[in-house]
Parts: sequence; structure tokens; C-alpha cells
Amino acid sequence: MDYFLQQLINGLTLGAIYGLIAIGYTMVYGIIGMINFAHGDIYMLGAFISMIGFLLMGVLGITFLPLALLLVLLIAMVFTALYGWTVERLAYRPLRGSVKLAPLISAIGMSIVLQNFAQVAQGARVKPLPPIIKGSIQLSSANADYPVTLSYLQIVIMLVTIALMLGFSWLITRTSLGRSQRATEQDMTMAALLGIDVDRVVSTTFVIGAALAAVAGLMVTLYYGVIDFYIGFVAGMKAFTAAVLGGIGSLPGAMLGGLLIGLIEAFWSAYFSIEYKDVAAFSILILVLLFRPTGLLGKPEVEKV
Amino acid sequence: MMTDSLLCVEHLTMRFGGLSAINDLSFHAKKNQITAIIGPNGAGKTTVFNCLTGFYKPNVGKISLTSPSGRIFLLERMEGFRIAKEARLARTFQNIRLFTGMSVLENLMVAQHNLLMRASLYSLAGLFGSSSFRRAEQRALELARYWLNKIGLLDYADQPAGSLPYGSQRRLEIARAMCTDPVLLCLDEPAAGLNPKESYDLNGLLLDIRSEFQIGILLIEHDMSVVMNISDHVVVLDHGARIAEGSPTAVQADPAVIHAYLGTAPEEPTC
Repeated sequence: MDYFLQQLINGLTLGAIYGLIAIGYTMVYGIIGMINFAHGDIYMLGAFISMIGFLLMGVLGITFLPLALLLVLLIAMVFTALYGWTVERLAYRPLRGSVKLAPLISAIGMSIVLQNFAQVAQGARVKPLPPIIKGSIQLSSANADYPVTLSYLQIVIMLVTIALMLGFSWLITRTSLGRSQRATEQDMTMAALLGIDVDRVVSTTFVIGAALAAVAGLMVTLYYGVIDFYIGFVAGMKAFTAAVLGGIGSLPGAMLGGLLIGLIEAFWSAYFSIEYKDVAAFSILILVLLFRPTGLLGKPEVEKV
Repeated sequence: MMTDSLLCVEHLTMRFGGLSAINDLSFHAKKNQITAIIGPNGAGKTTVFNCLTGFYKPNVGKISLTSPSGRIFLLERMEGFRIAKEARLARTFQNIRLFTGMSVLENLMVAQHNLLMRASLYSLAGLFGSSSFRRAEQRALELARYWLNKIGLLDYADQPAGSLPYGSQRRLEIARAMCTDPVLLCLDEPAAGLNPKESYDLNGLLLDIRSEFQIGILLIEHDMSVVMNISDHVVVLDHGARIAEGSPTAVQADPAVIHAYLGTAPEEPTC
């Protein structure tokens, strides 16, 4: 039971991170109907920018932890969002209105460009970061056969994720920005006829998605303590799986899918085999595509007239 | 004739390959008037609307819209969303295009997007709950409620727009167009699919809009009970060209119009 509880905690932490990345996939798909395969690499850049941010805090001598975290979070979000915006502007917008495959291929190309960029700029070696948020809470009694710990870092990750998800849901459901986003998603032409600058809405989508991915990148940097230029690929594929599992295009679906993928991975690693944890996650993708192509919370695609 | 003209279309020509959908068409629509565009099927009426709203870029011609401030917008040179945002031209569709997944109220709120975005500094101020944002949101809600009341859908504000009956969806679409604060409202067959009672109510709504907001209304319509009862000015198209223009009664008596709609003796070849 204690072992199970520990895996649940680990799975939820991982799932929170996947959920944040999955939102970027699902939003972009919802609004322009393309899979942004470069999104995982945007997340990787977010991780690198966070690491640079922490080094910067060290140089500037900001040692008060909450302030340093907040500043790094802001830096990572702003710069990663800029990357997201630029990628859309350079690689996707010129192809909008051409065949559907074109932006997809452009996205794969962009993914390679970003990976190589990070590799050249930051080097191919794994970058370590010493643990910054230390300490944990012991949940089980001292004489239990398996000690259950909930680290402060895990608490921070979950709290930040919950706060972001709430803020993000508020943005989408309650603000004018969110309304125009949903309107553009439903009928781009009609939205333009109501005076909504559709290009700007699409840009905003990429900016928000990238900012959320940056947070995920920051948390992974803290959680695992090592990053390299290749982490975006696997994490991106898993988050994409999460988005498909939840129902691509559905925002609550992305959050739910992220949590489920995180849990599946954690439990699979714990009870079966850690080497095959990626197999478990991607088998889910295949099963979902076979038996429930619309995902858990997705609606069947209705052809737009 | 040009003095109080709101919309002025001059020598408009729109070709698709070898087919001329519109051929050297000129007409104008005035402020505070309902102008109807009628004509047999395939006369090019909807194509005119598509040129006005920036869907099509005409091959030849000039479309100018005079704003109340006196500024003249050349619509054929503007991007689609700027036509709605800056020149303030609103349009509805023959097949209704509401945001069906959003609530009735949200459909009206989204039409006030530009005003709200400016007030909320692109939603940033909203995050911090600034008062200007809340005031703007409040004003937008009031305007939305005003229109819901006018079209009799106040009780359905939170329903998904797609669940409304057909006639209500039509009225909602007109209300949504009005929420963008247009100077010219273009309606593509607003009475299509309405029963006589609904169509009569629609006449009332359109006359109401004209007298209350003093804007121009441009109307494509097949339902002659609508066209003849409420139009101030009628433009008749056939094969992409204007064949008659004038008051509803004058147009009804015009031989060219009767010819286009009913045909005449066989020795006269149709063009």
C-alpha cells in the first residue's frame, strides 16, 4: 500500500508536467488543426532557459529561493514564449491555407532545427543542476516497510500546475481573449468577420502554449536535475500521447490525459519494468487510436461547413 | 446623389476563370436606408457580399464605405477582419454561422471583442482585476442583454447557440452582427427558411434597427414580402449586371425585371 502511494505521488508529479506540455499540443490542434511537432523542443528550450536563469540568479546573487524561482519562471516563460511565437511566424503562418501536410512537415523540420540549435549553442553533453528545492515530508510512520516521501519539490510542482491550470481555464472561459480563441477555433472566417484578428489569436495560442511548456521545462530541470538537447523529443511524444488520450482539441482532456500518462508510466515502472515504460505509454496511444479515436473527452469531428 | 451615400460600389467586376460572376456593377447604399439586392438565382448577389467582406478580391472596381467620421475606406484593399473592425461592416450568412458550441450570450460578447480587448489591455489588466476591465465587461454585458431582450432570447442566454430553433438562430445572428457596432449591416437572405410570422417579425426588427441606429442595411432577399415592405431602394441584378434600380414599386413595374424573372416571348433571346 505504501509502495502504491509513493508511485501515485510520483505519477501525479510526472503527469502534471505532461499535462502542461499537452495543453500546447491540444490548443494548437484545436485552432489551426495541425500537430505542432516542434512543441516538445520548445519545452526543451524552456528547460535550457530555466537552467540559464538559475545560473543568472547565482551570478546576480539572488539567493532568496522563492524570489529566484519566480524570476526564473518569468524569464523562462517570456523567452520560451518568444520562441513559440517566432516558430509560428516563420514556419507555420506562411503555410496556412496550403495543403494540410505542409505545416506538419515544416513542424518536424522546426523540431530538428531547434534540437540542433540547442546542441550547437549549449553543447551535446548532459547539463546537471544541483538540487535547489530540498527536503521532504515523511508520510508513512517511521517503522513502515516502505517509506513514503512527498518532497517539497513535488508539492511545488503540483501547486504550480494547479494554479496554472486554474488561471488558464479562467483565461479561456471568462476573458475576451479566451472567447475570441474559442470563436476562432469554431469558425475562423466568421471570427474574422466579427473583427477578430485571427492571426493574432493564433500567435497568442502559440505564446500561451510555449509559456506553459516553459513551466514544464523548468520543473523537469528541477525534478531530474539533468537536461540535454534531446529531452524534448520523448517528452513531446508523451505529451502528444496525453493530448490524444484525453481527446485532442479538448483542454480538460489534455490535463486528464497528462495525469493518466504520468500515472501509467509511474506504475508500469514500479510494478513491471522500468526499461519498457515508454512502450507502455505509447501502447496507450495505439490502443486509444484503435478503440476510441476521439479520446476520452474529445467530441467526434464534425465537418465544418 | 453621392452626398449621403454610405456604400458606393463602382464598376465592380469579379471573374472566376472565364466566368464573369459580376460584370461592371455600380450601385450605392445610403445611411438610414434599407437597400435590397434582388435577382434570380445565380445573378451574383452573394458574390457581391463576398467582395464587400473581403472574401473575394474583385478584378476591377472600387468599393468605398464612408464612416460617420467622414473617413473613406476602400474595402477591396482591406484585410477581412479590418473591414469589420475599422470600416465597421457586419454581415450574416444564408446558412447561419453562429458559434454553436458557445452560449447565446457568449456569441454576443465575442462580437464586442475589440472593444473589450482594448479596455482590458489584451486581458492582462483582467488578470489583476482592473476596474476599467470590469466596467467594459459590464457595458458589453449590458449591450448583449439589450439585444437579447430585443430579439426575445433573454431567457436562453446561457443555452448553447446551436440548440436554438432556426428562427431564433437567425435573429441571434443579426443581433451578433449588430453587437460589432456596424455602420452597414449586410444580411444574406435573412428570411430564408422562416415562416410567415417569423418573417413578419423580422421586418419589424430590421425597421427598428434602421430607425434606432440610423445605419445602412444591405439586404439580399428572395422573399418579396420582406423586400417590398421594408426596402427603401431596390437594386436588381441579373447575370452579374444591374438591370434595374429604384423604389420597390418602380422596380416591380420595370419590364427588364419582369423579363429576368419570368422571361418574355420566345423571339427575344435571353442574354
